[in-house]
Amino acid sequence: MSSVTAVAERNVSVQHWAEPEHPDERPFIRKYIFSTDHKVIGSQFLFLSLFFLLVGGLLAMMMRWQLGYPGEPMPGGGILPETMAAGGILLPEFYNALVTMHGTFMIFFAIMPLLVGVFGNWLIPLHIGASDMAFPRLNMASFWTAVPAGMLMLVSFFVEGGAAGAGWTAYAPLSADPEYTGVSTGQQIWCVSLVVLGFSSLMGAVNYITTIVNMRAPGMGWFRLPLPIWALFITAILILLAIPVLAGAVILLLFDQTIGTSFFLPETGGEPLLWQHLFWYFGHPEVYILILPAFGIVSEVIANGARKPIFGYPAMVGAIVAIAFLGWLVWGHHMFQSGMNPLLGTSFMVSTMIIAVPSAIKVFNWLGTLWRGNIHFHVPMLNALAFVAMFVIGGLSGVFMASTPVDIYIHDTYFIVAHLHYVLFGGSLFAIFAGIYFWFPKFFGRMLNPTLGTIHFGLTFVFYNLVFFPMHNLGLGGMMRRLYDPNAYAYLEPLQPMNTFITVNAFLLGAAQLVFLVNFVWSLKGGKPAGPNPWNANTLEWTLPSPPPHGNFAAIPRVYRGPYEYSAPQVEADYWPQSEPPEPGQEPPVDYTVREALFSGDVPQPKDAPETKGSDG
Amino acid sequence: MSSDHAAPAPLVHPPTTRAVRPMEGMQVYNKKLGMWVFLLSEVMFFSGLIGAYIVLRFANPEQWTDAGVVLNVPLTAFNTFMLICSSVTMVKAFAAIEHGDQAGLRKWLIATVILGAAFVGIQVFEYIQLAGHGFVPMVDRYAAEGGPLYGATFYTLTGFHGAHVTIGVLCMIFTTVLAFRGRYTRDDYGGVEIMGLYWHFVDLVWIILFTIVYLI
Repeated sequence: MSSVTAVAERNVSVQHWAEPEHPDERPFIRKYIFSTDHKVIGSQFLFLSLFFLLVGGLLAMMMRWQLGYPGEPMPGGGILPETMAAGGILLPEFYNALVTMHGTFMIFFAIMPLLVGVFGNWLIPLHIGASDMAFPRLNMASFWTAVPAGMLMLVSFFVEGGAAGAGWTAYAPLSADPEYTGVSTGQQIWCVSLVVLGFSSLMGAVNYITTIVNMRAPGMGWFRLPLPIWALFITAILILLAIPVLAGAVILLLFDQTIGTSFFLPETGGEPLLWQHLFWYFGHPEVYILILPAFGIVSEVIANGARKPIFGYPAMVGAIVAIAFLGWLVWGHHMFQSGMNPLLGTSFMVSTMIIAVPSAIKVFNWLGTLWRGNIHFHVPMLNALAFVAMFVIGGLSGVFMASTPVDIYIHDTYFIVAHLHYVLFGGSLFAIFAGIYFWFPKFFGRMLNPTLGTIHFGLTFVFYNLVFFPMHNLGLGGMMRRLYDPNAYAYLEPLQPMNTFITVNAFLLGAAQLVFLVNFVWSLKGGKPAGPNPWNANTLEWTLPSPPPHGNFAAIPRVYRGPYEYSAPQVEADYWPQSEPPEPGQEPPVDYTVREALFSGDVPQPKDAPETKGSDG
Repeated sequence: MSSDHAAPAPLVHPPTTRAVRPMEGMQVYNKKLGMWVFLLSEVMFFSGLIGAYIVLRFANPEQWTDAGVVLNVPLTAFNTFMLICSSVTMVKAFAAIEHGDQAGLRKWLIATVILGAAFVGIQVFEYIQLAGHGFVPMVDRYAAEGGPLYGATFYTLTGFHGAHVTIGVLCMIFTTVLAFRGRYTRDDYGGVEIMGLYWHFVDLVWIILFTIVYLI
């Protein structure tokens, strides 16, 4: 007896995990605004996060103006109120807000929702063969909770005292006592907004984990999951466990700011270091939340673009799990300058260096996937390849920072800014671009224009490196982070031309994104119509129309093989979709682990069927 | 997923072929898995707060008093007993519906609601008493023995727990109303089970909090 029906017998409302696709006849508001369809919600997150990506970028442009041309009136600065820019010259307090809010918007309202909200929502049900998430209404609630959180952050610019100004890391007592930053309400709004966003993320995490565990189609064993799903699954677990710690910390901070407690204020027994520990205990898993889904996307695109199976699939899974696990043990490397016992510092140094190993394994496996591949340099592939190269650079600078004695010197300098932008922009954002170019046809039924895509990629890649690579030099030269006036210190004067150079290229980088914006908006309606499978890919979503109908699959799909059977010898085409039934007598591909009996979904052969051996090729 | 069908339709599986068998997941239905996963996040939330409490107390032991000097341990011990009893009544409710006993389900759910609400009520009463004696969270109005961190951590920990109990009571009332409307049957009582899971978790957290805040 099928064990799934056994579950259905016991007590509970059955999981309709494959409602066949049916026309969606709900009214406009239920269909597009308050929708429970994971695809609509994924697109809603896409538009929301691209908007906040733009906001974060504009904030950065303003920062760069001040750093490139310190004390000069900013073009267009006249529209800013006098509290932000006196006569167009950015005020130091406003600069602090820019620094804080650029980081906050980019991390919480751009990268996280893009990677987790967009690709999580769109890909999870489609890749596992489900008709929707386990909890569609919770999914809708997750999106509509993120929206007010973002609005609160935006509004905080316009309250008295302006937006939060203590950095995205909000160290106490700087963040806890308004006398230090001059910001009171804005900092409180920052706290509240993050708690609200935390709820949104948690709801998503519960949904993703339950869906992936429980709702995989027949044959979709754990080791046949596409790597984006592994990545999103592990990321959801990180979110589940890390976000509540942030929530606790931020609430304690809010109490210090509002009720008059002193959890973090030293005069009355509070512990500023407690904030740092709580924040970074969340903060380090957070950065893996910001990169793991990118790893998954890149794996998918590279295998597809190279027309080869991903090299070392089990190791790729193991590396994702190892990174997520080790990520809990390294938080102190953000606190090397806090005065901790050097022995403790050494332990964090060792764990931080160890965590480079699984990341390196992934890089070598991507290279192994490319090796002797039949490489198609389509736009998603360009972005995915850039990811690999840029992430390596970011990772290498990370090794310098991992070493405690080195970090004592480069902590809070532009070396760190260089590192984080190499992994977050060179890493996450290029992966996001790869994912958008790859899945846009599936989302909207139209191709993005490849010429514009290539131009966007080329310009972005060049200007991005010209902006962020010199920051390594700035940092080693001693330029500190969050610095309003580079002219404040005489020893920084020789570095000012480099700052101006970076600024000019930053403006060009920003302008280059217009190419993407134009391509995106135009292609929504005017792009070349996309068929079901423009990239000749293997995963289940490419068997469906573009965009897929409400309910996704007409019947529960059957999964016969893993997702990376590109250039398989058994079939003529260079791809072999997961749900294509095998021909009689066709040699099956090898499932990836020796435990295939447990995980692959294979049933034992009846005695008179031909024995199948594990293949050698 | 729809959970408002009175009788679940059997999940029909087309015949499977080679290399394709149904994925059983963890043999735990969605709502229940979802609740367990959510409770994991709650563990992390309370762990963060409890961690902060431990750090602050070790760093400033002079701001705490001996057990029972400021806090009313006997009253809260009784309150703890009531919360534990409410977990018992919750189990009785669950056992009742497992056997299709609708009357038993309703009776024991009501008992759980009453005990849970009483717990919150007594805690509110306790807060008022303590505040009246100057035991408050804020620094500049603290007038009790010990120091303001004692008050701040006390109200934060017990307050968040109390908020979780309150939400639990409201959900429990909702569950009870549904029970009265015949929503749960011998074959479909997942809603009761996940309510129970949440309730037992809240109880467990309280036992830990009571120990480290009141008794130590």
